[in-house]
Amino acid sequence: MKLDSKIPSGPLKDKWDKHRFDMKLVNPANKRKYHVIVVGSGLAGASAAASMSELGYNVSCFAYQDSPRRAHSIAAQGGINAAKNYRNDGDSIHRLFYDTVKGGDFRAREANVYRLAQVSNNIIDQCVGQGVPFGREYGGLLANRSFGGAQVSRTFYARGQTGQQLLLGAYQALEKEIAKGGVKMYNRHEMLELVVVNGVARGIITRDMVTGAVEAHVADAVVLGTGGYGNVFYLSTNAKGCNVTATYRAYKKGAAFANPCYTQIHPTCIPVAGEHQSKLTLMSESLRNDGRVWVPKRKEDCGKKPSEIAEADRDYYLERKYPSYGNLSPRDISSRAAKEACDDGRGVGPGGRGVYLDFADAISRLGAPEISDRYGNLFDMYQRITDENPYEVPMRIYPAVHYTMGGLWVDYNLETTIPGLHCIGEANFSDHGANRLGASALMQGLADGYFVLPYTIGHYLASNKFEKVTTDHPEFQAALASVQTRTTRLLGIKGKRTVDSFHRELGKILWEKCGMARNATGLKQALQEIPSLREEFWKDVTVPGSGDSFNQSLEKAGRVADFMEFAELMVTDALHREESCGGHFREEYQEAGEAKRNDEQYAYVAAWEYAGDGQAPVLNKEPLEFESVHLATRSYK
Amino acid sequence: MSGTMNITLKVWRQSGPSAPGAFETYKAPGISPDMSFLEMLDIVNERLIEGGKDPIAFDHDCREGICGMCGLVINGAAHGPSKLTTTCQLHMRSFKDGDSITIEPWRAKAFPVIKDLVVDRAPLDRIIQAGGFISVATGGPQDANALPVGKPEAEQSMDAAACIGCGACVAACPNASVSLFTAAKISHLGLLPQGQPERYRRALKMVAQMDLEGFGGCTLFGECMAACPKGISIDFIKRMNGDYIWGSVTEAPVKVTLGGG
Repeated sequence: MKLDSKIPSGPLKDKWDKHRFDMKLVNPANKRKYHVIVVGSGLAGASAAASMSELGYNVSCFAYQDSPRRAHSIAAQGGINAAKNYRNDGDSIHRLFYDTVKGGDFRAREANVYRLAQVSNNIIDQCVGQGVPFGREYGGLLANRSFGGAQVSRTFYARGQTGQQLLLGAYQALEKEIAKGGVKMYNRHEMLELVVVNGVARGIITRDMVTGAVEAHVADAVVLGTGGYGNVFYLSTNAKGCNVTATYRAYKKGAAFANPCYTQIHPTCIPVAGEHQSKLTLMSESLRNDGRVWVPKRKEDCGKKPSEIAEADRDYYLERKYPSYGNLSPRDISSRAAKEACDDGRGVGPGGRGVYLDFADAISRLGAPEISDRYGNLFDMYQRITDENPYEVPMRIYPAVHYTMGGLWVDYNLETTIPGLHCIGEANFSDHGANRLGASALMQGLADGYFVLPYTIGHYLASNKFEKVTTDHPEFQAALASVQTRTTRLLGIKGKRTVDSFHRELGKILWEKCGMARNATGLKQALQEIPSLREEFWKDVTVPGSGDSFNQSLEKAGRVADFMEFAELMVTDALHREESCGGHFREEYQEAGEAKRNDEQYAYVAAWEYAGDGQAPVLNKEPLEFESVHLATRSYK
Repeated sequence: MSGTMNITLKVWRQSGPSAPGAFETYKAPGISPDMSFLEMLDIVNERLIEGGKDPIAFDHDCREGICGMCGLVINGAAHGPSKLTTTCQLHMRSFKDGDSITIEPWRAKAFPVIKDLVVDRAPLDRIIQAGGFISVATGGPQDANALPVGKPEAEQSMDAAACIGCGACVAACPNASVSLFTAAKISHLGLLPQGQPERYRRALKMVAQMDLEGFGGCTLFGECMAACPKGISIDFIKRMNGDYIWGSVTEAPVKVTLGGG
């Protein structure tokens, strides 16, 4: 496989302008003749589908929920970055670019990140135009806050519901286009296969989750905006339905999967309460602007009430270890520091897997009403879940799987290694390198959907001739048959164990051996355990009901079956990368407790190529060249 | 936490839209008060599946109260007994050992049952399609700070925009009216300067669509506001009515259709 990133020549700051001029255009009268499929209706999918329809393309959009407005982008709390420099505090496109490359531990592609920083400003304009009710100052101008891993205030927000408001903006634009007839929306439809004809992506196979009908859809180009794979861990902050199926099916059809081991563990989530736990809830990172993270200095104090532990007996470990960033240190660093404190026996709460996030100082400095104004809805949510009042006792938090930086490999045009298959948002391996900074997922999803893909898809369509294909084509018929076979097989096992019990077990293996800290021994064990669990799944799972009706157990079974295979790819990648970078922390590679990168050997994107069931995947490398940013050890001290 | 609880559930089971439905009773022993309501249902379902029975179908996704996918009528109340709380954020500590809990789907003519507790809420999307947007194309808007918006207006707009589209307002309303949902969107956009050019036409079209979809009329009972997990105020309905009346005087008549999407 040849990886051609297609990065335009010329100076970094001119690449996107030059490329936009160099790309071919589709004549306005011809645009409606092209049919583009968009899978997913989150920030990336909805913005892409709406924008392409506005341009005149004929778009079909698919979502597994009952409405596009429910995609998991809606749950993002904190905010969205842009290089507006409205605060006059030294921000610029170059600084946002630099912070993002550094935050990603120098494992992202410079040209893509620069473009992201450039279009970040257009996103804010676009969203305000759509009526997104961002937070405002009394003078009527937009408010900003600072966010983890940045020393400037560049984050725009809508209370603690920024993702919701941005998604509703994109959703409303999408509904506007549905009403106009430019987009045909398929709700409660799940993509189960990609169809490739003569090496080119030409359609998908879906299952109608209400009727069970398996259907083929032909298109001139396919776009996946299907989110991340965090649910491979079973417990994560993702919605219950989030899955890897669309991207994994594409991988099995020839799309390279890049950096699957780069997973983000978010430092501020509500700790696990018990075995029944079905998902984890994030507490926005913005809380770290005013909350101070601490654990007792002595193990003996862990059982005490926090109010009984004197100031001198508290270890504000982030402030101690990283004085210049303190409680605002990046996510990977903050998460590992919490794990270390708990591994050291100084964790608090049930099971000792928790640290305090304390607002007492902020409340005495600013008053409870101001804190309520800033974080009221988050405090309420915390109390609802834990039955504890964070105005009176410190919150307990612990890291949880939140976001996945890995995803399908894409070139500068967001095209995968399968011609015609594009991938946007969290689903691609994206611009975040080995670690994503706060408030940049929303930025990337919308950048891809509003301002990058609508240009590059036109270039793809204008540069290629498309043979007439119908669903009668043998490739479509074969893909339909393989989906049917798989469904029949899952329903026919009739074993003893539920799908969830397998999913939980898989999640435990990954959390313990491929979670916040990894080592070769554990990863090798996981590579033994995953295939045997998978084998047991295919022998002993029970999926009630039938394929031709509404069947949530069947939906879950299909997703978990793909997680069972994907998990192995993730662990393989983690084992091969013998360095620590960003969210990938290998215990063997550290220096004084900090991650130790190996730029000489690992400054590349690992793009894995499917080689057949039971065959080891093939590793392809895209070297990362840094022309504008000096490769440095990331320091937040 | 204190020990576990034994709960009895009476759950509405219905195999499809045209099938007759009925309540079935299930025992749910060993429930922890720290579980969410949906985690309790997960456990009941795990036991049903292990016993070779069909699990209870219910919609859910984010499980953090924001996607609007979940929604059950619990002991007669949309989203259950806790104020400002979605079904997924309701915890079992709100119930007592030995309680019997009745669980039903949203009941409204416009929301037909798909299976058990799952209903079809497509009319909500069609109401948005009728006009719940600002007609700007990607790339058009000016610099974000070129249009100041007063903080009070922005805050009030955000209060309305917080609607999660779950449909609890419809389920709670004796007339199955969708006015609170519709009014929230009309107000979110109508309170902002960006929303002014289409303000009255938007109200006319969205109101016409909700009437067409078979929702009932609003008599300002206020049950919707009491059930709303996001505390959307009924004052927005008054605002919608004002915009509608003004629009009926100033705008050309509108035409809406069923279907689409």
